Amino acid sequence: MHPDKEFLLKLAQGFIPEPSDEELKYLALLNRERVTRPLVMVNSSISGVVAGARETWAAIESYVAERSLDIELCESGSIGLSSEEPVVSVQMPGKTRLFFSKVKAENVHSLLDDVIHHVIPEQMLIGQLRREGQEAWPDVPFLDEIPFFSLQSRVLLEDCGIIDPFSFPEYVARGGYRAFLQTIRSQTFSEVCDLVIRSGLRGRSGGGFPTGEKWKSAFETASDQKYVICNAEESDPGAFMDRTLMEGNPYQLLEGISIAAYAIGSNRAYIYIRSEYKDAIERITRAITELRSMGLLGDNILDSGYNLQISLRKGPGAFVCGEETALIASLEGRRGMPASKPPYPTQSGYLGQPTVVNNVETLANLPLILKKGADWFRGIGLPGCTGTKIFSISGRARISGLVEVPMGTSFGTIVNEIIGGVNKGRTLKAIHVGGPTGCMIPPHMMDIPVAYENLKEVGLVMGSGGVLVMDDKTCVVNTVRYFMEYVDRQSCGKCIPCREGTRRMAEILGGITRKPADDEGQTTLERFKGVMQLEHLAAVMKDTSLCGLGQNAPSPVVSTLKYFRKEYEEHIFDRKCTSNTCSELRTWYIDVDMCTGCSICAKRCPAEAIIGTPTHPYFIVQEKCIGCGICYEVCKFTAVYYK
Amino acid sequence: MGIQLEVNGSLIEAEKGETILSALNRNGLHVPTICSMKGLSPTGACRMCVVEVEGRENLVPSCSFPVEEALKITTHSPRVLKARKINVELLLSNHPDDCLYCERNGSCELQSLAENLNIRERRMPGNKSPYKIDRSSPAIVRDPSKCILCGRCVRICEERMATSALDFAYRGNELRISTTLGKPLNFSNCIACGQCLLACPTGALIEHVQFPELDSHLHAPGKVVVAQYTTAVAVSVAEMLGKKPGTDMSGIIRTVLLRYGFDHVIESSLGADVMIMEQVAVFQERKKEGSSLPLITSSCPAWVQYVEQYFPELIPALSPLKSPPQIGGSLVKNWLPEIIQAGDKEIVSVLISSCTAAKNEARRVEMTSSGIAIIDYVITTRELARLIRLSGLDLDHLEEIAPDMSVPGSGTAGNLTGVAGGEVEATSRTLYHHLSGKDILPSKLHRFRVNKAYREMSIKAGKQELRIASVSGLSHAVKLIEEIKAGKRSIDLLEVMACPGGCTNGGGQPLPVDDHLIRIRSKAVYDMDNGANIQEAHKNPHVIKIYEDLLGEPGSKVSRDLLYTTFTKRDVLL
Repeated sequence: MHPDKEFLLKLAQGFIPEPSDEELKYLALLNRERVTRPLVMVNSSISGVVAGARETWAAIESYVAERSLDIELCESGSIGLSSEEPVVSVQMPGKTRLFFSKVKAENVHSLLDDVIHHVIPEQMLIGQLRREGQEAWPDVPFLDEIPFFSLQSRVLLEDCGIIDPFSFPEYVARGGYRAFLQTIRSQTFSEVCDLVIRSGLRGRSGGGFPTGEKWKSAFETASDQKYVICNAEESDPGAFMDRTLMEGNPYQLLEGISIAAYAIGSNRAYIYIRSEYKDAIERITRAITELRSMGLLGDNILDSGYNLQISLRKGPGAFVCGEETALIASLEGRRGMPASKPPYPTQSGYLGQPTVVNNVETLANLPLILKKGADWFRGIGLPGCTGTKIFSISGRARISGLVEVPMGTSFGTIVNEIIGGVNKGRTLKAIHVGGPTGCMIPPHMMDIPVAYENLKEVGLVMGSGGVLVMDDKTCVVNTVRYFMEYVDRQSCGKCIPCREGTRRMAEILGGITRKPADDEGQTTLERFKGVMQLEHLAAVMKDTSLCGLGQNAPSPVVSTLKYFRKEYEEHIFDRKCTSNTCSELRTWYIDVDMCTGCSICAKRCPAEAIIGTPTHPYFIVQEKCIGCGICYEVCKFTAVYYK
Repeated sequence: MGIQLEVNGSLIEAEKGETILSALNRNGLHVPTICSMKGLSPTGACRMCVVEVEGRENLVPSCSFPVEEALKITTHSPRVLKARKINVELLLSNHPDDCLYCERNGSCELQSLAENLNIRERRMPGNKSPYKIDRSSPAIVRDPSKCILCGRCVRICEERMATSALDFAYRGNELRISTTLGKPLNFSNCIACGQCLLACPTGALIEHVQFPELDSHLHAPGKVVVAQYTTAVAVSVAEMLGKKPGTDMSGIIRTVLLRYGFDHVIESSLGADVMIMEQVAVFQERKKEGSSLPLITSSCPAWVQYVEQYFPELIPALSPLKSPPQIGGSLVKNWLPEIIQAGDKEIVSVLISSCTAAKNEARRVEMTSSGIAIIDYVITTRELARLIRLSGLDLDHLEEIAPDMSVPGSGTAGNLTGVAGGEVEATSRTLYHHLSGKDILPSKLHRFRVNKAYREMSIKAGKQELRIASVSGLSHAVKLIEEIKAGKRSIDLLEVMACPGGCTNGGGQPLPVDDHLIRIRSKAVYDMDNGANIQEAHKNPHVIKIYEDLLGEPGSKVSRDLLYTTFTKRDVLL
């Protein structure tokens, strides 16, 4: 099927208000409402690939080839169920599409055998996608009836995992690009800014700055060259919503960037993306090429007189390059270090020109806002904090993946209801939101409706949307130490509080999670000295750091000192880690009844802390033990245990 | 126009567009800074200058925050002081505790910050970054463990010297200042101008100290130690000895050095005078050849190295002469032994200079004569001050020893080479005489004394109209060179000084340095020249004697052997 370019462009511009029957048929084929042969889609984005989607794909290919079946095999993005990958969906002609989880290569055979013969393999089934004009499978739940999906409002992610990310016709056939093309014909720059201001859209990267205001400021700064930069750095470990959006629906982002560029009167846009995002880079690059060949990028777009170029720039991958001034420096070819604000990028940004930096999720909202209107968008979420927010859930959750909820939904709903809490037999201890510079929220605080101001009032942050679920087997202090070491490595090092502060904090926290080698001399005193400084240090780092990275770096410490102080005290005073995560705080013993006196533990002990005579039970000298646990690993008689 | 700010409860006036810091400073309110430097772009890195601004959630850095109407600022609230103190403590927690052994003990900005903030205890324990000292350069020693990463050296090297020998590398707690690929300084594109030494707040960048090595030569039988000092040193060292800035210390320097054990002390301006004589000859020769490029002076060693690295195509335009101290050194090694009848005694030649690049220059193969360095040791103004203190002499009651007139040892117009524009001013006098047979009134050349980076004037000498110019500060020089190469400017004689303001602002000069002090030093040089009986190099009796006894005439074979040098393209990591 070779879609007619002219037809697509007409469609995209809304020139076909009342399609003929033939056109409707064609449209249904394009948007896969109707398929003429079985369609099999494999999630080939990163969440699928790491679970083995490539092998699944190969298995499907050989299955089809062996039987010379007429099946359309196609790639898709992720539907957000990362822990259920590889997700494969199958659409038989006339029927609704079925989604299956954990389709490993070895399951392909039985799955396709069943589905082709209209039998449903229950154990792999997720559900069916509700769609008009398609016959539903009996006794199969619709996706929107499953708790994971039913409590979400998937606006941005609606097409993710459903459509072929490589197919421009499919995007257009589902209503894409109409918003942009109608805007550049009928609306002025400032009208678009005003519309976005009215919608109440706010930056999704954590700060929550009103997007429309930012645009307006750049629009009103006089200059003959302005820039839009899409921040696709997504540097928070544990955050993958931007990546999924780019891999699952690249045209949506590109349309959003086009709208933003138009709104500030810019004809040059960049996507700054981390080079590790290979799949996203490939998809975006192909999409840009496609848009150029369709005449939707370049000079004089569809005779509107508006020019726009979008280019992709790969960043070397640094946490700090997610900060807009550092990102701009990196884009200019300089060292990625933040600069003082003011001047703000909207006044003097990339190459000294007015520049708007928005992140992927923010920009992906725009085609929808322009298509459905500001009022529609304001209807979602809370007043003052409109729209939806995507959270990426990882950690000890029952389901990990992407969850899109209206603003104002509580973390409690997300964690307890949508993803079904923590794994069986465990209890929820906390969630950590906002990546390494985010904060830890205890269960009793999770009922707060999620909105920028609400969280800020109680000293918490929303962050970019990474949510790490922690159960009772996770040590709070150790997690915070890990984050602090991460930030310490990732700080650009420019300003003192961040560079030296994170390092000292990491050392202090390290001192808490480890047993001192000996209690002699100054070590204990120094350790306590450090602990006493933690809160002062945190206050000064927040107060004086140059950019958000340093200002927020102490927030894991601050929030845990507030809500999990007891755990700190246990570590400091009792030298005990109740979750048994901090291995060096464990106290090791040898069970005299089990020990055969084989002496292997004494030979392997690096601290020479085990004494005894062969064939008699051995003994651990606690003063010498460094808690490494090697004795436990080498003991063949399970005589070594810890408390 | 005026903006009103409320600072600590009282109103002050600020100007639109300026930063809070500059408004505070102008109104006599002192806020500590580390990374901020006058004339360089603000970075807001050190967070020392933070102040409390009403309505702002966090403290703001006053160095980069523009003033706004009705700002309410508190500069020394407990919150601000605590922030400053903890930040300095954080710096100290990664700083070696060896102040007593540090070159900058007493002149260190970190030390005085710690003192001012009353830090009396090491509250932040922790590991320190393990870095090695880089002693590879003969001019500059870099000790990264003392570096507090303010970035002043990086900015001065890039913005003012257009060299960028140093930049930040790595990140987080591994952040460090590094040369390209972390190579030692002597493999880098560093030109040893030493401006970074003046910028460095701590002892992370210091000169390669040589003066203790002198001791073994002083009083040693079989050795004659000859010192020559430059004019820039003579007018600056007073600052480090508790004297009024701008005092000419020539007499004291000579006396102390002789009492300390040096055998002869001469002025480097003698070499400058000889250089002027030769320069005029070279100029006329180039004119005859009809070169389109200006004759560019080669008396600044940092500039010479810069040309070799960055503009090798300009090497033919460089004057083939050695620098004045090297010419002086050449005379010391090749002629002085005859005058003083040294016999088979070894001559040790010491240069006291405001220049750190001179330390580099002294080691250049091109500067040796039959394989022997013509200057054995170079010590800076700062080292000289230390030597003078070490001598234990009471400077207020010192009986000055008069110059030994039997040894040619002083210069005239050559004194002017200590300031930017001075070399062309001094050369113009002799050149004018040479071309027209008449003397030019010195005041007619005062256009070379304006306090600007670029100074230019046309001189009509005889039938020739000459355009003579001087530029100081490499970033200005690079711009000018690009214009000359593009054919936008035509200049006959061009003086380039790497350091902004010339040798009075050299890398070896007393600390701290500011524009005002440099002007005082320059004025002292001009005063010296204005008060001199002889103001032209060609009238200097010592010069006349040197040409009679040794060189013959400018451009002679002997001159070429002793005073001329060569330059080569240098491939360095840029």
